This record gives sequence, C-alpha cells and structure tokens, in this order.
Amino acid sequence: MAVGLNQYIPVVGDGVVNELRLLGERLAGKRIVNVNSTRVGGGVAEILTRMVPLLRELGLDARWEVMRGTEDFFVLTKNLHNALHGRPVSFGARDAGTYDEVCTENLKSLDLDVDLAFIHDPQPAGLVRSRDSHSAKWIWRCHIDVSAPAPGAWEFIAPMVERYDLSVFSAPQFARSLDMPQALISPSIDPLSDKNRELGETEIQSILARLGIHSDKPIVTQVSRFDRLKDPVGVLHAWQSARKRVDSQLILAGGSASDDPEGAQVLKEVREQAGDDRDVHILDLPPTANLEINAIQRASQVVVQKSIKEGFGLTVSEALWKKKPVIAGAVGGIPLQITHKYSGVLTHTIDGTAFWIKQLLSTPDFARRLGENGHNHVFNNFLLTRHVRDYLLAFLFVADGKEDIVRL
Amino acid sequence: MMELRRAAEPFEFYSRLNLTLLTGRRARDLAELLENLRSVPGSVVYHHTHRLLIQHQFLSPEPPNDFAYWASNILLEEHLGEELASIDLLRFGTIRELREELIRVIQNHLERASDVRAAPPGMEFFFMRSVSFILKTGLRAQDLKEFGDALKHVSLSSISYHVFDARLRLESGDNDFSRWIENALGESELAAKLRSLDPYTHTEEGLRGAMIAAINRRLGE
Repeated sequence: MAVGLNQYIPVVGDGVVNELRLLGERLAGKRIVNVNSTRVGGGVAEILTRMVPLLRELGLDARWEVMRGTEDFFVLTKNLHNALHGRPVSFGARDAGTYDEVCTENLKSLDLDVDLAFIHDPQPAGLVRSRDSHSAKWIWRCHIDVSAPAPGAWEFIAPMVERYDLSVFSAPQFARSLDMPQALISPSIDPLSDKNRELGETEIQSILARLGIHSDKPIVTQVSRFDRLKDPVGVLHAWQSARKRVDSQLILAGGSASDDPEGAQVLKEVREQAGDDRDVHILDLPPTANLEINAIQRASQVVVQKSIKEGFGLTVSEALWKKKPVIAGAVGGIPLQITHKYSGVLTHTIDGTAFWIKQLLSTPDFARRLGENGHNHVFNNFLLTRHVRDYLLAFLFVADGKEDIVRL
Repeated sequence: MMELRRAAEPFEFYSRLNLTLLTGRRARDLAELLENLRSVPGSVVYHHTHRLLIQHQFLSPEPPNDFAYWASNILLEEHLGEELASIDLLRFGTIRELREELIRVIQNHLERASDVRAAPPGMEFFFMRSVSFILKTGLRAQDLKEFGDALKHVSLSSISYHVFDARLRLESGDNDFSRWIENALGESELAAKLRSLDPYTHTEEGLRGAMIAAINRRLGE
C-alpha cells in the first residue's frame, strides 16, 4: 500500500510535512532519475522504494532505474566496494574494460534526458560520461565508507566522481579532497514501513513462532547482510563468550543482495562456526522479510551491529527507533547515531562486544534508558522526512544555489 | 482577558532549512583548528555553533557547540572545552564577533598549554558549513492569539530561523518574535520576556513551550 505524506503528520508534525510541500512546489515537474544497481536488498534499494513515491507526491517527476550488469561486472564492483572500504585489491586494464563495457551497454537503454541524474554508489558512477549529451545536473550519492580506501580504489572512481556537480556522503570523515561541493546527508528509516511500524505483541509472537524462535530466553540479535564487513562470525564469538555468564539466544538475520556474490560463502562459514547449537538462529531471509525483521528487532533485549566498516548502518537506527539498546562498532556513520553510553554503546573488539552483551542483559534499566535516548535521536535526525528534505535541498543547490543563504 | 490588538503588518512565519556541506578541511589538533577558524567562511562558524542545537536535542543542556564538544571529548582538553561551551552566544550580534571570541579563547589556551594533543585518526575536527534555504511557511498572524496558535504548529526549523538566524546570521540584533510583538502589537513587556529566554540553554521544543506559556499568560490577563 502506498503511504502518503499526510500519514507522516502524526509522527513528525504538520510543520515538517508542510515544509516538504513548500520545497516540492519549487521543484514541481523537475525530471529526476535515480540509478542504482539493485532493485532489492540493501539499504539503498530500501530507501529508494520509499523515497521515489514521496518525491512524486511532492510534484517531482521522479523515476528509479536499475542498471544491468554482467557477473564479471558485479564481481569487479564488489571488489571495488571492498577496496574502497580498505581491503587491498588491485585493478587492471581488464577491470576498467569490464566497467566501461557495462556502462556503455546501460547508456543505450537508460533514459537520461532529465533535469537531474541522481546516481547511487560506485557501480553506475561511470554513467556520468554521457553528461555532455544532456543538460542534466549530476549528483553522485556515495553510501559507503571511503575514509581509508586501499591504494588504487579511489583512483579508479575519482575521474568519474569529479565530473559530477555534487557528491553526497553519509559521514563527515568520508569527505575527500575534491574540487567540487560535497554534502553530508545521512540516510534514514521509514517509520511507517513494515520494517519499522508499530507491531502488537501477538503479531510479534506469531511471527517468531513461525521462524521457530521461542521467547523463553533473552534474545540478542544482529540484522545484517551476510558480509564479512558486518562480522557475523565475530558476533557469534562475542555472544558465545557472553553466554558463559548470562544465558540468552542469538539471532543472526539477514540475506544477500543480488549485487553481492560473496554472501553465500559468508553464510556457509557462519553456519559451520555455529555448529548445532540450538540457541543460535541463523535466518537467511529474503529481502521482502520486513515484518519478520521488525518482529525480531522488537522481541530482542539487545541488538548488535558489529560492523568492521560501515556506510551508515541503518539497522542501528531501526533498532534505536524501537527503543532497543544497541551495541555497535564505532565505524562509518554509526557514531552519528550513537553517543557512547548515552544512546547506545560503541565497541571496537569482540571482547568488548561480549562484555557489553553481558552488561546490558544484566542491567535492564540502564539498557532501557539507552534505547529511549536513541529513539529520540532517531526521531530528530534519521527519519525519512528529514532525508526527503535534504535531497530536495540538494536538488535546489545544484540547480542554482551557490550562496550561503538562499531565499526561495 | 486582554483586548487583542490587530497589527497593521502581520507576522509572516518563515522557515530555514539547512543543507550541510563538507569543506574537506580537517584539524588534528588545536593549532590546526585555530588556523582553519581564522580562514573558513562565516557559514562554517555558524554551522558548528548551531548544529548540535538541532541535531542533539536530547543532549541539552550539553555544550551546544562542536568546538567545545571536540575539545572536551576528543582532545580531552576539559578546561578549554568548558571555556568554549560557556561562551555566551547572545553577547554577539554578528558571526564575525563570535569567531573572534572563539579564536581568542583557543589562542589563550594554546599560549598556556605545555603540550598539544592530536585527535586519533577518524576523530579529527571536520569543518562543515550550512547552506540555508529560507522560505515562507504560509503561516501568518495578525494578533497575539493567532501568533500563539501558529507557534504551536510551525516546525522547529522555523523557530530556530526567527530566534537564531535572524539575530546572529542576518544581523538584525533581536529575535524576530520579540521585535514584532513589541513594534506591531505594542507589547513591550511580553517582548522583553521572550527576549530574556536564553535560546541556547533550551531545546527548541522547550523554547517553543516556554514562549507559548508566556504568550498564554499574557492572553489570560
């Protein structure tokens, strides 16, 4: 069911929704195309699913296109993704050729005759080479952590990025030394989506029962793609260590995105490490399992997000919105969401994660306060309405804003 | 009940929406912070002294500026952090004066300091600036009752525009609410009450509540 803007008024207030409508009037009829590399799975697809209909309701002619790629291309872009996150990978002429070929193929079929091309992540970044044939403004939206890339990785995409009018990053430390404007826009969660809306206790319990989870023991959860950078094996080890002192069960819930060929291998490793422990639930969920994720997060006593690298880590905001105490790696955009020991806990190691799992399971009052503070922080900063507003401002900025103060 | 006076010119509620731009500049220690602070645009100083008010409402009354937070929590320079946090922003009518005060405080500290700590990698001070888009909300008020009602509905961005930006960034010397209430409605006493609320020690929602309470008291007289 499509969610209309008015439905956000009870959550965020009418002033906020009114401002979105006013901004929308300034951009009415503008043709905007979003391009990314997967329709389902991962935070980007999830945001676009909710964002594009709202932009349309605001009067913008917004579309969302998914680029097509070969298997070689997605292996290359996964390597590029890992390398931008710092894992050493070398890129040769053959890689550049694979990348170029896919861009060329996509340019044949994509309709880029628009006012604004909004390109998400490195996979479709190369489409900008067609900018001279259209009058569109170009924004590159980088959802990943590029603060410490491996040698060669940033250089691979920099010549493309530099052709954009604006690049957008999720955390201040991702800013690069570029001769172009760079904006800071955090992603968001949708409070009305199936993944985040309120659920009744009966509904939660029936979903858990269907997944084979009994709530006879406290639940510790990590919701994440099975990806090494999310360190699911590290979470398992931390939980195993914590369980020696405080009994609980562990849920590792996730899936793999269609542009991530490595997921199946990581899932296999996690299963092997867990063995036949009946208190470990490894759930390989389809990307549509939003209600299940919602129920799992709501049923959890502690939520973990032990990322080693992170673009933003929206699962943290999801859990905080549900007033859960979150233990998360102090990487990427996570410190923007958690102030240590105030709205969650930031950790750096497996031992530290184990320590805090024990601590939070044993001090429910403290854990509850962390969750409540976290909820307030998400309310003020990480809801979809704020995200839509920032994008509208970014569109206005590339259209004509060059001053510090712009009167609309 | 007081008699409502109609203003010749209605109060027009505006809102100010900020887009945050990353400047690419960073400081590892106080010397670099100082060096950048001297040369960055005024919109950078504005951003780092007003951002936390909007983004971390729940932390109030924690230090509302990024310089103080960074000095205290990252460099562990608590003395300096306290000095920066306690700068009374209401004393300054322009961003230029505020910048000079920040520079003075940091410089004094550096002259006294025996060693200068560096921030760990990833925890440097990242300079950002705000590009502000100002727009009419369509809400307006012609008397005090309408004003109080509108104040309940406007967004927090609108309140912060009329309270923070109008005074300091647009250099009008007063907050817009007090000025209109005094000049257009002749309510000097109420205007002074609103002016005396220190917006930097309230959350914006708290400020809204305090202003509405003062207006309601006056309406009930």
